Amino acid sequence: MSNEAATATTETAALAPEPLPHGLGASLPPADARAKTEGTFPYTADLWAEGLLWAAVLRSPHPHARILSIDTSHAREMPGVRAVVTHEDVPGSPLLGRGVADRPVFASEVVRHHGEPIAAVAADHPDTARMAAAAVIVEYEVLDPVTDPEQAFEAEPLHPDGNLIRHIPLSHGDPDAVGDIVVEGQYRIGRQDPAPIGAEAGLAVPRPDGGVELYLASTDPHTDRDRAAAVYGLEPERVKIVVTGVPGATADREDQGFQIPLGLLALRTGCPVKLTVTREESFLGHVHRHPTLLRYRHHADAEGNLVKVEAQILLDAGAYADTSSQALAAAVSFACGPYAVPNAFIEGWAVRTNNPPSGHVRGEGAMQVCAAYEAQMDKLAKKLGVEPAELRARNVMATGDILPTGQTVTCPAPVAELLQAVRDHPLPPLPKDTPEEEWLLPGGLEGAGEPGAVRRGVGYGLGMVHMLGAEGTDEVSTATVKVQDGVATVLCAAVETGQGFTTLARQIVQETLGIDEVYVAPVDTDQPPAGAGCRGRHTWVSGGAVERAAKMVRAQLLQPLAHKFGMSTELLQITDGKITSYDGVLSTTVTEALDGKELWATAQCRPHPTEPLNETGQGDAFVGLAFCAIRAVVDVDVEIGSVRVVEVALAQDVGRVLNPAQLAARVEAGVTQGVGIALTENLRTARGMVRHPDLTGYSLPTALDAPDIRIVKLVEERDVVAPFGAKSVSAVPVVTSPAAIASAVRAATGRPVNRLPIRPQAAVVTTQ
Amino acid sequence: MTLPASLDEAVAALAAMPAAVPVAGGTDLMAAVNSGQLRPAALVGLGRISEIRGWQYQDGHALLGAGLTHARMGRPDFAALIPALAAAARAAGPPHIRNAGTLGGNIASAAPTGDALPVLAALEATLIVAGSGGARREIPVSHLLAGMEMLRAGELIGYVRVPLLHAPQVFLKATGRTGPGRAIASVALVLDPARRGVRCAVGAIAPMPLRPLEAEQWVAQLIDWDNDRGIVPEALAAFGQYVAAACIPDPEPAEDGTVQPLPPAVLHLRRTVAALARRALGRALS
Repeated sequence: MSNEAATATTETAALAPEPLPHGLGASLPPADARAKTEGTFPYTADLWAEGLLWAAVLRSPHPHARILSIDTSHAREMPGVRAVVTHEDVPGSPLLGRGVADRPVFASEVVRHHGEPIAAVAADHPDTARMAAAAVIVEYEVLDPVTDPEQAFEAEPLHPDGNLIRHIPLSHGDPDAVGDIVVEGQYRIGRQDPAPIGAEAGLAVPRPDGGVELYLASTDPHTDRDRAAAVYGLEPERVKIVVTGVPGATADREDQGFQIPLGLLALRTGCPVKLTVTREESFLGHVHRHPTLLRYRHHADAEGNLVKVEAQILLDAGAYADTSSQALAAAVSFACGPYAVPNAFIEGWAVRTNNPPSGHVRGEGAMQVCAAYEAQMDKLAKKLGVEPAELRARNVMATGDILPTGQTVTCPAPVAELLQAVRDHPLPPLPKDTPEEEWLLPGGLEGAGEPGAVRRGVGYGLGMVHMLGAEGTDEVSTATVKVQDGVATVLCAAVETGQGFTTLARQIVQETLGIDEVYVAPVDTDQPPAGAGCRGRHTWVSGGAVERAAKMVRAQLLQPLAHKFGMSTELLQITDGKITSYDGVLSTTVTEALDGKELWATAQCRPHPTEPLNETGQGDAFVGLAFCAIRAVVDVDVEIGSVRVVEVALAQDVGRVLNPAQLAARVEAGVTQGVGIALTENLRTARGMVRHPDLTGYSLPTALDAPDIRIVKLVEERDVVAPFGAKSVSAVPVVTSPAAIASAVRAATGRPVNRLPIRPQAAVVTTQ
Repeated sequence: MTLPASLDEAVAALAAMPAAVPVAGGTDLMAAVNSGQLRPAALVGLGRISEIRGWQYQDGHALLGAGLTHARMGRPDFAALIPALAAAARAAGPPHIRNAGTLGGNIASAAPTGDALPVLAALEATLIVAGSGGARREIPVSHLLAGMEMLRAGELIGYVRVPLLHAPQVFLKATGRTGPGRAIASVALVLDPARRGVRCAVGAIAPMPLRPLEAEQWVAQLIDWDNDRGIVPEALAAFGQYVAAACIPDPEPAEDGTVQPLPPAVLHLRRTVAALARRALGRALS
């Protein structure tokens, strides 16, 4: 090719608009990325309505107290106050909860945790509302809080349902099996707060039919609607939840303690009512990761093959059950990790305390046990004198192995391949070739780090999570696809929480229908339910439903043409809005084929059913599993105990990459959340009282704390039962990275590191 | 909100509205307002007072304006004058805080974790306080932080006078993380070659910066001031221990003579202070 021609080609390429990525496997950018980065995207806190009132919630200042009296008369008399509601004003069910309805809407006789809602106020100014809430006089008889979960078994019941929320005594294999080598350990995991960047907010608007509309950043709108309707004593049809932009969700995002009172106040006053919670309220109100106490005993033979694992797992559920039962099932089932273990005896309990409430946070249950079993693997390796990675390699699980729950792993489980990939990845270089003042030492740029006191450590972690709800949960989702004038619209109540569902839905429709312009409608509860946005379920069930609906639309579109030309629809192809037949005889456009018609199709996706764990913890409880291997490299200042995670190399089992850019973003977010669990994030309490409920006291990782994250390998072995063969990607890096970081700190310091987050005093090497 | 253009106007504005609260960067004040702990009736903004946003020289001292931001103090020209204060300013938080927060605000807030405070204590800085009618009086910064002398109603911190020592200075801070964070412990150490002195202050472990005076005097004699300020390496470690034991003493023996050991967290804090003090002196003398 001549030079001129080459130049000409380059110029044409520069002039023509670059074709946008489309379809599955492409890095399609999110449609709202620009609005979000420019700050013009409207979140709930930005909403407004004519005649708006402001709400405030009075929360308990005690973790455990008996309420002797509640006097709202002063608050009611304050000018500007329009309504004050307490437990007496709840027209319907006085209790609510995820799964188990055991949480009062407003505390009536006892308060069971610091920050429990007692009353709510609507007033014409937010300050008036707050002052009125403070003017509600509550007389308490302060009771001793139960804050140690080990004491919960013996303590007086904190709740009519008792203190034991769930007990799973899993037993699998031969109880008398013993190994040549036995290691034991006790581990503690702290209380991570989901700390969403946008704190909770909501707007309730009364409807002329006596119902109410709630504008919330809900991640499970239909369940939230049903709960709200039950409390208001209304039919579910008269309560509508409109999902607004979700400003960060790594957990069940919304605190019911304020969203339900909001609707109650709107129904009471007949006016729209809004509330934006303070950061402090946000920390007090929503659910946290279960603080967990774990005791482990691993048996292995002389070659390091695991013989038996015994464990006791105690989850601190806080005052209410919430999703503790599911968290416990995951913790017990994955207590041995992605290792082949012939005999397992795992006893798990979730108990009630007066600590802040626990619930669903990404990777719940699986994260806590991962930190513990990986610590055990390190201990075993040390005792055997084997490299920690080598010991892991000898024991990894593969497809066809049996989980301690008796379930056979039928999905791809390329754990050995993942581990090998991170082992083979070159280690990051030491900074010795760069000028010393440029080194980023533990403690930061202006910190006290001294190269002579810094030791580097390399650690490994292998983790697993289950996808979708377990133990017989009906994980169904419904989606509708419409095509009109060459534009496709997706209606699906799957909430975009940042996981990228709307982008994925666009990609699926582009792939199936060959239409590039796809619009995903906002979510409200007038649409059929799609379920909660957690455990990777929207990629699976909602993505599956969108694909089926799109295929039905495709059949409707192509059927007349196929009939006309006497060929099946499979022989027709849609690309870039053009329909062509395999032999090129037929060529028309989608718009022509539509001929002004509107095509609609609605479809459901429901994964194969699962069963609850039985009384010995056995059962086919999980739809699918996802795995990941992480190698963490840390620098530790062994005098001060400060830790910097230098690099996290990760290999993950993803089934199929649907959007590479989005996948990388999810992995990076997950690892960063894991760095938080490992090093800084712990919502501290003193006798049940939350201390420092603010972002200064509760340190989230910043850009400087986030390590260099290397995605070394993505294993694309399709999971045949999953739509597209894809596995969920967000949770398993969260589960695995804290364990790998702790392992690396262990390697650097030789200290046991049996508590997360790692406190500086646990990472120092004392010479005396 | 009023925005006076000079220190005296600001003092006059405060005199006219005794309920008003002065605000400079607002990094502490506005957080208190937003959380509802403070509802000032009025604000006197100090951001337009150009005379306190820079510095000038005065008989071997620098007269630092109270309105100097952390970002400004962190720059190289300032670091050449008072290196420890520049290092503290750079460590004082994320960029948006350093751009707004001021030296005077750090002193007025007097938070135990205020990063400039141990440096000012080690430098034995003096505050120049503006009062009504153009009055000026001086308060040693340590007196203010210890509560021995307080600002009177209507007074404002105008300037901070610090000596120019023309010798190495170090500020080191231990935090729980790599990103910006509050100090668990910090150490400021300055050399005063003219007086053959070492001055050191430990921040964040007590309500005010602590000065280990005996340790300072002890180590100053061990330094070979005329010979590149050499010191035997063992003395660095001993200085660290000395400082840490002075700031975090052993508990008093009980009546039966037994001494309760310090809790592990306190022992770790003591080790941290020792490491910081040792490193700080090592760097200052290297």
